[in-house]
Amino acid sequence: MIAPANAPVRLGVVMLCHSDLDMAARMARIWVEGGARIAIHVDAKATPKAMRGMRAALADLPQVVFSRRHPCDWGRFSLVRATQEAAEALLAAHPDLTHVYLASGSCLPLRPIRDLIAYLAEDPQRDHIESVNALDVGWTVGGLNEERFTLFYPLDWRRRRWLFDRLVNLQRRLGFRRRIPKGITPHLGSQWWCLTTATLRAILEDPRRTEFDRYFRLTWIPDESYFQTLARRHAIRIESQSLTLAKFDHEGKPYQLYDDHMLLLEESRCFVARKVWKGSTGLMTRFPLAAEPQVDPAPPQPQHFERLINRTVRRRLLGRPGLYMQSRFPRKDCENGKTSAPYAIFQGFSDIFPEFETWLAAHVEADVHGHLLGPEMVEFAGRPQVGPGAISSIPQIRDRDPQGFLTALIRVTNRMQVFQFSPRDNQKLNWFMATDPNAQFHVVTGAWMLPLLDCDMPFDDIRRISAQLQRAELKQLEVLNSVWVKARVQIHELNDFMARPQAILGAALQQLQVPVHPAADMPRMRNTAGLPALLRQLRNSGLRPRLTGEGLELPEQSLTERTAAE
Amino acid sequence: MFRSRALSLADRLKRRSERQYLVARAFNRRRALKPVVDRTGRIRKGDILAFVTLRNEKARLPYFLDYYRKLGVNHFLFVNNDSDDGSGAYLSEQPDVSVWWTKSGYKKSRFGMDWINWLLMRHGNGHWCLTVDPDEFFVYPHCDNRPLGALTSWLDSSGRRSFPAMLLDMYPKGQIEEQPYTEGTNPFAIARWFDPANYTISKNAYYGNLWIQGGPRTRAFFTEDPLAGPALNKIPLVKWYWRYAYVSSTHMLLPRSLNLVYDEDGGEQASGCLLHAKFLSLFADKSAEELDRGQHYANSREYKAYHAGLRGRGTDLWCSESREYTGWRQLEDLGLISRGNWA
Repeated sequence: MIAPANAPVRLGVVMLCHSDLDMAARMARIWVEGGARIAIHVDAKATPKAMRGMRAALADLPQVVFSRRHPCDWGRFSLVRATQEAAEALLAAHPDLTHVYLASGSCLPLRPIRDLIAYLAEDPQRDHIESVNALDVGWTVGGLNEERFTLFYPLDWRRRRWLFDRLVNLQRRLGFRRRIPKGITPHLGSQWWCLTTATLRAILEDPRRTEFDRYFRLTWIPDESYFQTLARRHAIRIESQSLTLAKFDHEGKPYQLYDDHMLLLEESRCFVARKVWKGSTGLMTRFPLAAEPQVDPAPPQPQHFERLINRTVRRRLLGRPGLYMQSRFPRKDCENGKTSAPYAIFQGFSDIFPEFETWLAAHVEADVHGHLLGPEMVEFAGRPQVGPGAISSIPQIRDRDPQGFLTALIRVTNRMQVFQFSPRDNQKLNWFMATDPNAQFHVVTGAWMLPLLDCDMPFDDIRRISAQLQRAELKQLEVLNSVWVKARVQIHELNDFMARPQAILGAALQQLQVPVHPAADMPRMRNTAGLPALLRQLRNSGLRPRLTGEGLELPEQSLTERTAAE
Repeated sequence: MFRSRALSLADRLKRRSERQYLVARAFNRRRALKPVVDRTGRIRKGDILAFVTLRNEKARLPYFLDYYRKLGVNHFLFVNNDSDDGSGAYLSEQPDVSVWWTKSGYKKSRFGMDWINWLLMRHGNGHWCLTVDPDEFFVYPHCDNRPLGALTSWLDSSGRRSFPAMLLDMYPKGQIEEQPYTEGTNPFAIARWFDPANYTISKNAYYGNLWIQGGPRTRAFFTEDPLAGPALNKIPLVKWYWRYAYVSSTHMLLPRSLNLVYDEDGGEQASGCLLHAKFLSLFADKSAEELDRGQHYANSREYKAYHAGLRGRGTDLWCSESREYTGWRQLEDLGLISRGNWA
């Protein structure tokens, strides 16, 4: 199908090919059959055999010209040089062209070329080239934006990466700054464009072209900046969006397109997409879409597709918070979210109220566990042998990787996780939880002493255990009071808590930020009558109790009044 | 990057000599393998190869070959460790299979890794090589739509040389012995359950790999001593170079950089899973036999544990928290695998 001779738009294509010339030949045929003229540049590194095959495949098409071959390296000026010469060859062979499209051998036209021509005809003066001021872009790779233009880049990044990096650092240290030629402002953008021949000619025939070429030869990735910068100098109207759908990952490599992208590509209504994996036979047979009777000049809408790509880039760079797995094992403090959802830790409450766990479970919409980090077993809600996510309740397995245990539990469950904690439990996670913004601590210090009142151990053992637990809790409080804490922490001394348990408990429930059933009743409280005596006994045996609060008499009238007044 | 450089020079030299030792060892023992059918002449440039060691796994083979052929493996290289159930004859008939036979001890040859390292060195150089057992089935992101060749060409273009796939133990609901497996059928029609979130990870600083344990085996057989439970981390897919070597099963390799398949800055690299179809009705007989031979890792501790478990209460690994396998997307949602930036 040949475009009508009187059509206002006569399209030419410059095609850059590196490897896989079979596919490139197929693409060239699609372009030509759609009514375009084409100039092909083949990387000088391609084998003569492949080259012969390509020439043979296109021998019947007089609209095809081949330009002089250069060896091309990624990110170097050779790509610009190849484009320039191919464009010159194209314009010399077909001087009547109105637009030139730059494509690669793996760029697949998605819609009929006729649609593209109709779209260009809507405003024949417009240049379609993504061109963003280099000072403003935030998306280039490796943090080089402005520096692409102000330092020298004589080395190939792919082959001499180490030296390349050293050279950049050296120039930075020495304060190098290349002078940018007068009259141009560095712009960046996608390598793939569609320019009017007027603009393209102006760029190629610019009287200062030697000066510009010399400058760009040593900039970084000139194929993304040469035409993008010079178009700003010559164009009348720029539509700063590429007509080619081409997304790059964080390392600057183009995404490949597969058969399962078919629907997305169709919806994107883009004219051309790259880069197609050579095994995607489904895409190659489906596209370009067959021409409808009605020519459709609708503009491309790549937003949906771009969202998909951006999502994947985010997953590659940031990952899913709270996930630790075979291909994501962040170093400490590089987690981008230590856990995946909020959770709460109640410390001391189960010592004061023996049935606290069941009471709390009845009052909040959350999974309320016992002592998950307890020494005898992992006390999942309901005490199953195997907890959520098939996590074993055996403490040895948990203690093999406590952090993995907690993060997996939080990630695999849907509701908020709430659990009891005490100085008797595994203390390995103290720093991890304290520095996690998802954690919520409600601590009553010194409450661990209450269960000791009811036991009939000899006093020597009670004293020894008290010393151990007090040491553990003091150490934990050091963590909870440090400046690094990101968790929400509420600490009450036992004394203080006993003075107004209902108010503190109510406030704690409110803070959970899950639906709470109004707590009219209070859980049964342990008998604390023997506490002053025990404290005195401990003190007299040489162990100073430091966590239950001021004063021995409990509750001390004057103290509670003072606290309430505060 | 910086960290790995900063590691001590002594360690680097030590790893290097260890690698050289492994390569030399594999080379020295090459004569333990007698070629039965050698069709390696048919391997073309760019082919994807599979390397497998087996012993009496005839029942599993038809589905295994079928599965990997569909995935896009071009040639299979089997080491037949003295099978007597007709596995060897069956394999010899296959057009895309080369077979070597050996009688030497599995344990003596570092659990078969000397044989595999030799075949990899001899035939794997420059190819993407998948090293699996006959009961391991590779799944990766998009594996329902994209062949293995799409994955390897993407790995090539992103400059990666190895791809991790954690071992995921699959099991049936109910007693393992009660649901007989028929040769040629999909084992995951029976063993279609797995543990979603009970895996523990630690890092091996010397080799750089992650050490993953957990799953149903640790939960059911290794409760006394979870540290002794089987390792689940595997790196089965490698663009091979003749100087590489597997150190211990396919859990880790040398040089160390091949083990760095995970991101430490919070991002996710792409990864897959090996679905492990070990717990079928075939397993009960096998575990008794293997226990007698005593040829397995850590003095066959695993098999002893299974056997003890078996006698105690029959083997039912299923629990109310088990998940039924529905596909790679489910594994990705659970965070067992990741597509990384392979959109």
